[in-house]
Amino acid sequence: MSVSDPVKHDARSVDDGQLEAGLDALALETGSERPLWRRWLQAALPPLVVLVGLYVLWNLAIVVLDPPVNKFPGPMDVGHAIADQWADGAVVDSFRGSLQRGAVGFALSVLVGTAIGVVVAQVKFLRAGFGPLLSGLQVLPSVAWVPVAIIWFGLTEKAMLAVILLGAVPSIANGLLSGVDQVPPLLLRVGHVLGARGFRAVWHVVLPAALPGYIAGLKQGWAFSWRSLMAAELIVKSNDIRRGLGGYLDDARTLGDMPWVFSGVFFILLVGIVIELAFFTPLERRVLKRRGLLLERG
Amino acid sequence: MTLIDAVGTPAGPAGTTPVVSVRGVRKAFGRGEGAVFALDRVSLDVAPGEFVALLGASGCGKSTLLSLIAGLDRPTAGEVAVAGDGAALMPQEGGLFPWLTAGRNVELALRLRGVSRSDRRTEAERLLSLVRLDGAYDKRPHELSGGMRQRVALARALAQKRPVLLMDEPFSALDAITRDALHGELIRIWEETGVAIVFVTHNVREAVRLGQRVVLLSSRPGRVIREWQVDIAQPRRIEAPDVSALAGEITERLSTEIRRHATAEAAAEQKGSIDVRQ
Repeated sequence: MSVSDPVKHDARSVDDGQLEAGLDALALETGSERPLWRRWLQAALPPLVVLVGLYVLWNLAIVVLDPPVNKFPGPMDVGHAIADQWADGAVVDSFRGSLQRGAVGFALSVLVGTAIGVVVAQVKFLRAGFGPLLSGLQVLPSVAWVPVAIIWFGLTEKAMLAVILLGAVPSIANGLLSGVDQVPPLLLRVGHVLGARGFRAVWHVVLPAALPGYIAGLKQGWAFSWRSLMAAELIVKSNDIRRGLGGYLDDARTLGDMPWVFSGVFFILLVGIVIELAFFTPLERRVLKRRGLLLERG
Repeated sequence: MTLIDAVGTPAGPAGTTPVVSVRGVRKAFGRGEGAVFALDRVSLDVAPGEFVALLGASGCGKSTLLSLIAGLDRPTAGEVAVAGDGAALMPQEGGLFPWLTAGRNVELALRLRGVSRSDRRTEAERLLSLVRLDGAYDKRPHELSGGMRQRVALARALAQKRPVLLMDEPFSALDAITRDALHGELIRIWEETGVAIVFVTHNVREAVRLGQRVVLLSSRPGRVIREWQVDIAQPRRIEAPDVSALAGEITERLSTEIRRHATAEAAAEQKGSIDVRQ
């Protein structure tokens, strides 16, 4: 449109609409998505390369240093141990035992941790009083609770549950608290003006806004649950309770069978990685992506 | 402590009950010697359906005044009265909830107003259509452009159905073309809905482009220096000669005020103390 064009006033409203539609269309234009297989490849390739590299290094170390098998077994020895244990079937029971304990303990931790987090976040005095304590408890290794739990509950399932809860609850409560702390003040102001006060402000504004922090807390809570449980299972052993992966590992140590010990470490690591990749990573990505907080790696 | 100072004649048309009434309002941050006055004896009336542009340099307490009218803060002295259930507010950054779609953002405002579940969807769609965002119901805020986000925020503010809408520099982060288009939209929506608008800006031309009345605030402390009645018919164009002429006059007054403020502050600094109430 040149400057000399006479602009009719009654035509402007229609013009504005078209101009806006044009601007909107420009803003919404997005690049084409990369195909799924390429994204998969890009995500899976680097870890795969690292794994192969480590495997080669491990083999090389065995060949060059030739350490005794009962001190430092090679990949083949550990591979055989894993295959033997799996075929034996007893290890499947250990998996089941640990996963069941882990799931029950984590679920309870989520309930308790969330309840504590919500209450403490809302009451200023409790927030100031409990805040440092909760962050402090996160630094405390949960193994430290094992002797306490044994004296309270003996060598029982209850003792292990207690250790999981003591390890995971502070992480979950703390995640929720830091999520609430990071809620942008602007959103709280907007919520107030829209008429969200008291409980409705918590429900409609504070909790949804705190969700990313809460999920980070859940993730850390699970990690702490799993660690605490393995520590507890290593120590709390009796004929009355099911053997878990920690017990499996300790049995291997008692026998001095190093490939078996390594297979135990492998199984415990496997559970951690699978749950992280299958559950927490997708959950976190989903929440962040919906809010536009996730940068697509280009 | 309620302390009502000598109140200047509140600006605004006589004879109607104002939707916003600000009388002798002071707002201090801090206490005693160190107190800083953001607003000092500000009086302002807004008539139903009126469009007031509140203009001032940064630090003049425009946003503070808006917070007081919105009920987010209380004045140190003076009175603020707003008709009905209070004012709707559209903040500078829009403040959309990033976990909700555009449509759900509007619906939440309806829900908090007490609109029944069955009516919300239709009403939210009508409001989005009013700001010309018919297809954006399921879009999330981050998927929209800055201009579109501000229009969703406008639809959400209108969903509150309040007699007065407060807008805090809503278009200042947008590019010139988008801003120009939104000026047209805002005037159209203002005429269609009959809502009174208090529009805060630091942009003189924008104030003249939009306002029926332009109120100029001084800086630190914020005071009403002067007002202009803008008698140019809508739709105005921001580059029109009559708009430019008035904008020039107001800019001149604003520059004088800023220079006066600079010399006053320099003089105070030489004395070794800054009396902000000077």
